[in-house]
Amino acid sequence: MSAAPALHLSGTARIGGTIVFGPVSLEAPAGQWTCLLGPSGAGKSTILRLFAGLAGEVALEGTAEASDGAPLAGRVALMAQDDLLMPWLSALENVTLGARLRGLRPDRDRARAVLARVGLDGHAAKRPDALSGGQRQRVALARTLMEERPVVLLDEPFSALDARTRAGMQDLSAELLSGRTVLHVTHDPAEAARLGQRVLILTEAGLSAIAPPECAPPRPIDAAATLALQGRLHRRLMEA
Amino acid sequence: MRRAAKIAVGVAFGLLAWQALVTLAGLPPYILPGPGRVLTTLWTSRALIAEHALTTAAEVLIGLAIGAVLGGASAILMAAAPLARTLLRPMLVFSQAIPVFALAPILTLWLGYGLWSKIAMALLIIYFPVTSAFFDALMRTPGDWLGLARVMGARPARALWHIRIPAALPGFASGLRLAAVYAPIGAIIGEWVGASRGLGYLMLLANGRARIDLMFAALLVLAAFTLTLHALVDRGCRALARRQG
Repeated sequence: MSAAPALHLSGTARIGGTIVFGPVSLEAPAGQWTCLLGPSGAGKSTILRLFAGLAGEVALEGTAEASDGAPLAGRVALMAQDDLLMPWLSALENVTLGARLRGLRPDRDRARAVLARVGLDGHAAKRPDALSGGQRQRVALARTLMEERPVVLLDEPFSALDARTRAGMQDLSAELLSGRTVLHVTHDPAEAARLGQRVLILTEAGLSAIAPPECAPPRPIDAAATLALQGRLHRRLMEA
Repeated sequence: MRRAAKIAVGVAFGLLAWQALVTLAGLPPYILPGPGRVLTTLWTSRALIAEHALTTAAEVLIGLAIGAVLGGASAILMAAAPLARTLLRPMLVFSQAIPVFALAPILTLWLGYGLWSKIAMALLIIYFPVTSAFFDALMRTPGDWLGLARVMGARPARALWHIRIPAALPGFASGLRLAAVYAPIGAIIGEWVGASRGLGYLMLLANGRARIDLMFAALLVLAAFTLTLHALVDRGCRALARRQG
């Protein structure tokens, strides 16, 4: 895996003449976990789609690029709220889907090892419908890890999970994705307070940064500093 | 077992209603023979009926096989290439706009009285449902799946092969189920227009000779064949869906 670049976006985005967001200037530091918090419709997902190269319908006046100037294509992995697992493939086949889509021979041994790392030993042959919601998101995480991409874009990947499963997935993801440049879109202040090394709030008024506590993520759910940040973020969202 | 019992009850009720109609309305056998008479004919003429049924079955099965392959290939081609869509779509609609009955004499003229004019009829009648059901399903792949494939670096052809086609197989299956019911219609029409073998031919022949019991016996065999074919195709599609998850 190549060195993780920082992500930079500046400008105004429009869809069919309507402004989605902007003008903003967003910086996701290299190798760090940046949380992008905001209400629905503020344009958070559009920013992710711009970095993922999936925003064909969006006209961006400005730039969305990596700090090293090289194209982002082929260096980005995506994880969404929907696990996007193919229902006809086993967990193992889903994890190796990327290789097959690129016409390469899937590395099944490594896929097994990655599945074991996300705690799905013994589930490799199961189809998504035989797995729980939390397990399916673990498979999606394993698929993301399998891609070996330095930049990881997360689009509310834990928002459909119950509180306990969500906290578990947050811990696991923070551990396994550390060292990569992560841009994590969420509407949950608690999640941003736990995970963000940098926390940004995107509202109609624009983009602002809020300094998180010093301690490294994933921060304890009930630590005073985490709760205080969560409260501050929540208030900012309410005021926006 | 329960399903078999239900079917048996349904068949028994049907036969009873049929007999009741004949008895109560006092219908003569040359208008509507009773089930007993038809079943007797079915048994006594079994060699004759079987011979003609084999011909019809061959026409239907070959037509179905070719229709499935051709319809499947057309749908994939149309989904993959916008040019193919532009060229094939009007033809597809056109093939539905012409009543197949009207084409039967022409096909017989071109392909003769043998098997192939009937296979062509079956093919014509099933090509549209198979192609359009599969094509529609191919065009309905969830956008997020295709987005994921693009982020993973998939070329369109590979996304088609690994994601769009497997995701669209249920649509293909529903097209095939329809085809299993339509294909016999095509074959029978073909036989009515010009044939020397097949259940359709046998029915016309029986009608001409006032052998209404034989006509109904042939009809029963045709219905049983169509139902069996539909059930087999359905079972095959289910197995495919299960294998697919």
